[in-house]
Amino acid sequence: MTGSGAGPAQTTVNGDPYDAAPGSTAADLVARWCPSPRGVAVAVDGEVVPRSAWDTTVIAPGSSVEIVTAAAGG
Amino acid sequence: MSADAAPDPFVIADTEIGSRLIMGTGGMTSPESLARALTASGTALATVAVRRVDPSTRHSLVDLLDGLGIRILPNTAGCFTAADAVLTARLAREAFATDWVKLEVIGDDRTLLPDPIELVDAAEQLVDDGFVVLPYCGDDPVVARRLEQVGCAAVMPLGAPIGSGLGIRNPHNIQLIVEQAGVPVVLDAGIGTASDACLAMELGCSAVLVASAVTRAEDPGLMASAMRDAVTAGRSARRAGRITRRFVAEASSSFEGMVTPESTVGP
Repeated sequence: MTGSGAGPAQTTVNGDPYDAAPGSTAADLVARWCPSPRGVAVAVDGEVVPRSAWDTTVIAPGSSVEIVTAAAGG
Repeated sequence: MSADAAPDPFVIADTEIGSRLIMGTGGMTSPESLARALTASGTALATVAVRRVDPSTRHSLVDLLDGLGIRILPNTAGCFTAADAVLTARLAREAFATDWVKLEVIGDDRTLLPDPIELVDAAEQLVDDGFVVLPYCGDDPVVARRLEQVGCAAVMPLGAPIGSGLGIRNPHNIQLIVEQAGVPVVLDAGIGTASDACLAMELGCSAVLVASAVTRAEDPGLMASAMRDAVTAGRSARRAGRITRRFVAEASSSFEGMVTPESTVGP
């Protein structure tokens, strides 16, 4: 973090900084990152956000968001 | 297969799985190659890892598996701690709408051997949270029994380290695990070729899980079909009841009624 003082903490998505628009929801982030919400899950600050709560879960500034899906493996 | 053979369903957690060959998707070079191999394997259940979305990826593994009618078994591959594995399992449950999880908690990234302490801890937490837990474990019968005691729906001992292709390093321990288990035993990891899968079934495993041996074979589709045949053959051999091993011979032809030079001389 640079400079002088108390700016808002940095939100990250999948480890990278992201400046989410105020009021962005989990659903908004999924729509931005994923061609389809199928087979996708979201965690904010280490807690899974149920799909049913995506539309109503606002991403607070400084949150650490993970958006995951299936990958070859296992 | 004998037409008289009794039905032999493969059941985990009251759910019948249509094939005793479970496939891993790791190591495949392309979606097309994966689809070919999965189809050739005849599998009904395939594992996937849970990873951050990659916006540059065009294809969807979920769509590929759904299209083939293959049930998804999410895997906590890459997790080193119970906490990581539990979070990954919960993400997977949400993403794929399944309570089933292949639980993998490893102790180091060179051998990829399971960490039994973190593994049992994670298994307990996930069973309590309503998951159907299929733990990938070492070939230690004590740990296998512990996993069953905490409520796992199967136990999945390795034959050898993941991707090593070394086959079943300790068949004695696998037999011990099979003998004591009240849940299905799935040989998972280290299978290198068809005979390894066949041996696992002959030792009494209920199923095998194969990934690298197929995905990294020169011809994955052909190896997948070999594995399919091997699992069928091994299972039938097990059910057929093999002969015991003998230190010396047992003649398969009776000595009675033999013609010898002496017996042909007239009175």
